[in-house]
Amino acid sequence: MAAGSIDALGQFKLTAGLGPIGRAVNFTNSNEAMLGAAIVIVAIFAIGLQARALVPGRMQALVELLYEFVRNMCVDTIGEEGLRYFPLVFTLFAFILLGNLIGLFPYFFAFTSHIAVTLTLAMFVFLFSTGVGFYTHGFRFFKFFVPEGVPGWLLPLLVPIEIISYLSRPVSLSVRLFANMTAGHVMWEVFAGFMLLLTASLGIYGAFASVVPLGLNVALAALELLVAGLQAYVFAILTCLYLHDAVHMH
Amino acid sequence: MSEGPDKTAFEQRLQAAEGAAKGPVRESAAKQAGSAQRALALAMRLGVELVAAMVIAVVIGWGLDKLFHTKPWLMIAMVPVGMAAGIRNLVRASGKPDKR
Repeated sequence: MAAGSIDALGQFKLTAGLGPIGRAVNFTNSNEAMLGAAIVIVAIFAIGLQARALVPGRMQALVELLYEFVRNMCVDTIGEEGLRYFPLVFTLFAFILLGNLIGLFPYFFAFTSHIAVTLTLAMFVFLFSTGVGFYTHGFRFFKFFVPEGVPGWLLPLLVPIEIISYLSRPVSLSVRLFANMTAGHVMWEVFAGFMLLLTASLGIYGAFASVVPLGLNVALAALELLVAGLQAYVFAILTCLYLHDAVHMH
Repeated sequence: MSEGPDKTAFEQRLQAAEGAAKGPVRESAAKQAGSAQRALALAMRLGVELVAAMVIAVVIGWGLDKLFHTKPWLMIAMVPVGMAAGIRNLVRASGKPDKR
């Protein structure tokens, strides 16, 4: 790839992980990253909660910050009943956040850059919140699709709109996360490819000129760090919003 | 007879203590930090919300066309519905967070 074209999408290719055992059971590098994210989050909590000090140390403060952040988000968005769904929201938030952050490191795989992963998570949230709606309200949950205070002759027009708006939730939830992560990684790869192309075609002048794409990549790293955290936050807060709609129906 | 004023003083002290226990100052600071975050999160959402409704509507129309052999018509009919649903998504997303 030194002198050829820029292969920006090769980094998302699935390969076998964990050696020959992984190859035998189709355990991919994406699964490796997921397992890594789960292990890291459990390890952070296991280490951070060992001290149980009244005045927390660094690790304990990190754990408490994460916990309280998600807990407040649940209570603020869903209401007092939100605590019941706190474990789900926290698991999703921590898994996606760690997945995004792990993917930022060189040689690591960003599993949130695959629509198969994000759509699975989004479909789970969608089906779960719909299930919560029917569980809490029974068949009265269908009234969610009938806006209040609307003349009857408008309903044939408005109900399909509401249903489509509802069905679009998993799409917007999954596409947002997937697109943000993929776009960031592709941009990194493209700018890094520019550096190689410049050096290959212009020699020593090209090597000097490639400082520009290098600087852009450094700036992008900061942006990607923001996006990684923000997208995990957006996914979690939308999960809360959908659960709020399911519990309160408006 | 001095029980009355004593009691109100106690109530006042109780209220003050409850207020201190709740920590109203910290809460407002957290809210302010949260609002910038929320605005950024909202900005990330809006574009996709608009497109997602359109995609779903067109896919539904396309599927119904396949089912009823009415090739382009139901898909075309679903386009304005999808646009309306997208706008509905936007209105819902940008509404007041406590009055959704």
